Amino acid sequence: MVDIRIPIGLMFSIIGVLITGFGFFTISNTEMYHKSLGINVNIIMGILMLVFGLIMLFFAFRKKKKA
Amino acid sequence: MRVDLSWIDYLIMIIYFIFVLGIGWFLRKFMKNANAFLEAGRSMPAWVAGLAFISTNLGALEVMGMTGSGMKYGMLTTHFYWIGAIPAMIFLALFMMPFYYGSKARSVPEFLKLRYDEKTRGLNAILFAVMTVLASGISMYALALLMENVLGWNFNLSLWISALVVLGYTYLGGLSSAIYNEVLQFFIIVIGLLPLVFLALKDVGGWVGLKAQLAPIALSKGYAADTFTSTWKYSGQASANPLGVEWFGILFGLGFVLSFGYWCTNFLIVQRAFAAESKAAARKVPLIGALPKMFIPFLIIVPGIIALALSHDPGKGFTIPPDAGGGLNYNLTIIMLLKQYLPTGVLGLGITALLASFMSGMAGNVSAFNTVWTYDIYQSYIRPRTGDEDADGKHYLKVGRIATIFGILLSIASAYIAGKFGNIMDFLQTIFSLINAPLFAVIFLGMFWKRTTGHAAFTGLLLGFLMALLHHGLTIPAGATSLVKGGWIANLHTYPVEMAQNFWTAIIAFGVSTTVTIGLTFITKQRKTDAELTGLVYSLTPRTIVDKDLPWYQRPAGLAILVSVIFIVLTIMFW
Repeated sequence: MVDIRIPIGLMFSIIGVLITGFGFFTISNTEMYHKSLGINVNIIMGILMLVFGLIMLFFAFRKKKKA
Repeated sequence: MRVDLSWIDYLIMIIYFIFVLGIGWFLRKFMKNANAFLEAGRSMPAWVAGLAFISTNLGALEVMGMTGSGMKYGMLTTHFYWIGAIPAMIFLALFMMPFYYGSKARSVPEFLKLRYDEKTRGLNAILFAVMTVLASGISMYALALLMENVLGWNFNLSLWISALVVLGYTYLGGLSSAIYNEVLQFFIIVIGLLPLVFLALKDVGGWVGLKAQLAPIALSKGYAADTFTSTWKYSGQASANPLGVEWFGILFGLGFVLSFGYWCTNFLIVQRAFAAESKAAARKVPLIGALPKMFIPFLIIVPGIIALALSHDPGKGFTIPPDAGGGLNYNLTIIMLLKQYLPTGVLGLGITALLASFMSGMAGNVSAFNTVWTYDIYQSYIRPRTGDEDADGKHYLKVGRIATIFGILLSIASAYIAGKFGNIMDFLQTIFSLINAPLFAVIFLGMFWKRTTGHAAFTGLLLGFLMALLHHGLTIPAGATSLVKGGWIANLHTYPVEMAQNFWTAIIAFGVSTTVTIGLTFITKQRKTDAELTGLVYSLTPRTIVDKDLPWYQRPAGLAILVSVIFIVLTIMFW
């Protein structure tokens, strides 16, 4: 069937890139990040999601190569 | 209390919807017969089924309710995740899964049919089918109401859209699609709520700061200073902790009766393990699920505890809106926290996490409903198998798909009924939650005592259920204003809190059902031969150890030890 890691990896990578980009785009907006204690959580979470997505894809394709 | 979303928040949600439906779309071509559609062809790897196992349980009402309970009861809420789940999951994995999976039963009711008889299966199948529809209707109503109140979405629109998305992917890809999506939803829930936990903890000065802020609140309520951050320490007396239950009720009522009843016999949950690729994988499913389960409290209960501290700190401007009765609407705790801490972007992720939790719970109900309906009701009483396997497989696939549509339509109907007659639905749900404890008694006796007879099991199941009903009708929790909470026959006893009443209802149901089943077994005749019971009963099943060559972490026993160690460490750390 389908390796579930592929859609998970793809989705998290796409959303990760999107949120990271949005984080950089709003980097000077201190008012918006006042809520999150002055931390730009979009950049942090975006990168985290991207890394998670890529790890999922890495394992999915490594297995595919073996098979 | 409105939360304003921007385009990026909606974009994240839309990407999530596309992937969820896309998974169903990709899987549709594998759905060639009923076996593939309703049982996922018994082909799931242990880790996939294990995460789905825990994700199904992490429905929207669970996430919203547990954060609310965190705010009400503090760390005592973790009893629902540790003592109230882990021992039962280990027991299911090590001792029950070999018989469930080995019996080739396709559902829990079917196991009852194989082990006992038709009437026991019929009773359980019908009650279970009604329960799943009610449960998904109630959570759908709660979600749509939340979206209406907080996001300003149209109630009908959010109800129908969320239902149609779930219908879309369960109709296309059946149980496989439900399970795959549950894995994806599990990760979305965890990652979506992660920033909330970190920001909220940082805001209150970490765990130490949180403890310091909670001390005066606990003292003002008449508890010891560290009550809200302890689990067992103040369980010596019911009145010394906010849960209002003493250690015996927690240990026996929650930790044994309720928890074993839920985790070991609820088909909604164990269906995920039934879908595993082998018996060894099926035994690992609950254990793999138990690993993240133990840490979920940090994701959903700890924020609730922080909400308690925030609500007493005027400088934070944090309030929970009142409910219709004038008390705090604790179900809104999680969304108020999301609003408090998450800026545009991760806010969309947090709302998507709530949607994902709703969908994982609902898809669980729907995929369990269509299986029980197709195999245990339709195939047993309406149109039995013809013997032509190919044609049957196709016919029951069609029936399974139609049942999926009907299941969702019935859930939508019950969501609207819940909106009009909320009390009646609450009442029905309480009533149907009473079936698990007697069911555990009957299945447990069936698996470990070969003499247990069908007549005894059926009567035990029925009387256990009726006695639970009677107990609920004769007792009320203190301060109850409606008959939904109990006492609709007479009021013979008042419990200090609702939780205590629930625990005792379950204990009584379990006790009656065990006693009746054992008693009647002695005076009724066993109609099943030993040969028929092989693979279903412990003493009649040859034990074959197949995992000797595997490393410890791939063996069920090794995993069980790992889970137990973490469970004990957490219990001691937060004693």
